[in-house]
Amino acid sequence: MKQAELVIIGGGPAGLCAAVSAASSGAKVLILERNNALGGQLVKQTHMFFGSEKQYASTRGIDIPNILLNELDKYKENVEIMTDCTIVGMFEDGVITVIHKEDKYFKVKPEAVVVATGAFEKSLVFPNNDLPGIYGAGAVQTLMNVHGVKPGDRVLMVGAGNIGLIVSYQLMQAGVKVVGILDAAPQIGGYLVHASKVRRMGVPILTSHTVKEAIGTDCIEKAIVCEVDNKFQPIPGTEQEFDVDVLCISVGLTPLNELLAMRGCEMKFVPQLSGSVPVRNENYETTVENVFAAGDITGVEEASAAMVEGYLAGLCAAAKLGHKSDDFEEKKADYIKQLDSLRAGPVGEKILSGIEQILVK
Amino acid sequence: MFEKTGVPSKEMVREIFPSIDRINKGPVAVIECYKEIPCNPCQTACKYDAIHVGEDINHRPEVNRDNCIGCAICLSKCPGLAIMIVDGSKSEETVQIRIPFEFYPLPKEGDTVKALDREGNVLTDVKVVKVLNPKSFDRTPLVTFEIDREYLYDVRNIRLEVQP
Amino acid sequence: MRIEKHPILDFDKSKKVKFTFNGQELEGYEGETIQAALHAAGVKVLGKSIKMHRPRGFYCAIGNCSSCFMIVDGVPNVKTCVTDLKEGMVVETQEGKGVIK
Repeated sequence: MKQAELVIIGGGPAGLCAAVSAASSGAKVLILERNNALGGQLVKQTHMFFGSEKQYASTRGIDIPNILLNELDKYKENVEIMTDCTIVGMFEDGVITVIHKEDKYFKVKPEAVVVATGAFEKSLVFPNNDLPGIYGAGAVQTLMNVHGVKPGDRVLMVGAGNIGLIVSYQLMQAGVKVVGILDAAPQIGGYLVHASKVRRMGVPILTSHTVKEAIGTDCIEKAIVCEVDNKFQPIPGTEQEFDVDVLCISVGLTPLNELLAMRGCEMKFVPQLSGSVPVRNENYETTVENVFAAGDITGVEEASAAMVEGYLAGLCAAAKLGHKSDDFEEKKADYIKQLDSLRAGPVGEKILSGIEQILVK
Repeated sequence: MFEKTGVPSKEMVREIFPSIDRINKGPVAVIECYKEIPCNPCQTACKYDAIHVGEDINHRPEVNRDNCIGCAICLSKCPGLAIMIVDGSKSEETVQIRIPFEFYPLPKEGDTVKALDREGNVLTDVKVVKVLNPKSFDRTPLVTFEIDREYLYDVRNIRLEVQP
Repeated sequence: MRIEKHPILDFDKSKKVKFTFNGQELEGYEGETIQAALHAAGVKVLGKSIKMHRPRGFYCAIGNCSSCFMIVDGVPNVKTCVTDLKEGMVVETQEGKGVIK
């Protein structure tokens, strides 16, 4: 059995920040990452981030992993990184079981763990929604922004949240035609600056619209779209056809929460946080002692919030293990202030009402 | 309607625009950040103390038009690409508009391109007068074009006629 | 299907990799996944579903959803969306659950 002081599961924005924060406090950190590289979903975010300077605002997402890895490198004597590690279990006795490179199995028993596994893309139910050519918006981003491959020639985007709007813009940057953006909600869900950006490129945004059906034999060839009423029911006679070879689904994310549930952390389904999330205290510690969580697994938000949550959870996990730096209180207060600030506006209202339901004071 | 379409109304645009007098004096930033979002790099980037967001980063930015010299540093820093520079000091018939343009190919100085409104409709042909793409802009180039004053409140984008 | 020029990104296409898909020789680039190379070559159907034998393409591209399972070098259920392409790989569409030989 491998020994470790603090294991961080997931090397995305939250996990990397947790690692920086804990390692700089003096904790010995082991990062376990499923992919063969660190950075999580930052590696395909070609757009500049929102927020303020402390959350790397105005920096492109693709450039943030290197900033964090350089930061982490300053404390390299405290950091071990293992990629290609899929966690298959987290058990009551604190043992974590891992498969490394698909065939090597090992166990690790840390004194504390920060779970930062992120979230996954939801799907949408309609006839033939399984046809090839119907892809998650994040998947399309990976294909074009990581590998430089176009998903197709003509794309219909489903979902006018931030991801749907940003990916539409990025599709156009890749030279792909976006024929329209749909959303079943009566209003655009994402930031309106993003919406305006794609609108002035001539892309229509159809609110109160949904996909009725996809048509195609081996791949999608057409999408039938219809209007919905205020109860999200299709309005007969409003159908229109779009000739597309890609239907991009961007209807939100939901936390990748299996490990926390398996470990016995108290979980709660909170729609405002996009799924089943752990009950936690203000240090991002779950109901199981020394099991911390950070990032989208605690509620789906922007990556800027995930990073600050990571810093906070890493700081508090290290302190719990006896690595309490002199400026602990100062840093903690700053991270909490940053999170409050990111959630203070109208966009944060929903998140705050969700957090209220899972926060143990 | 803005929340349904992403297209601000004419009134909303007029409200955030500087006066014609100010525009005629020289370049000035126009920030189309109509809704509160947690974001303040425009304020951080400004060296002239001309953009104020404040302590709560959700506040909408306010432009101090006396301080603003239209340097355009904020254009390439705004994650929403919501800022443009308007300059009416060069001619009585036309204004110069500077916008961020993150597409390939980039136009060249002297090119004729299509000017588009906030819905992507073609308004008229315009001439590109300047293209800036230094490293400090971090891959958000700025394109300046000259357009008839009648389109001042409508123009917001350009499109290159791509050769097949 | 490949992006030739991009305003923000450069793609490393320095090293070509040869592989086969259902016996047909195809080319991709080192550093990309099997699924990306296939998509660039116009291959969108990666397998058939277990019960209804419906065509399957990728969905999440980050190793979550198992929609991109294929047989690679004789091994079934390989997540082709997160598995790097290697020279000489033998990639086949998978029908059904896959058999471990």
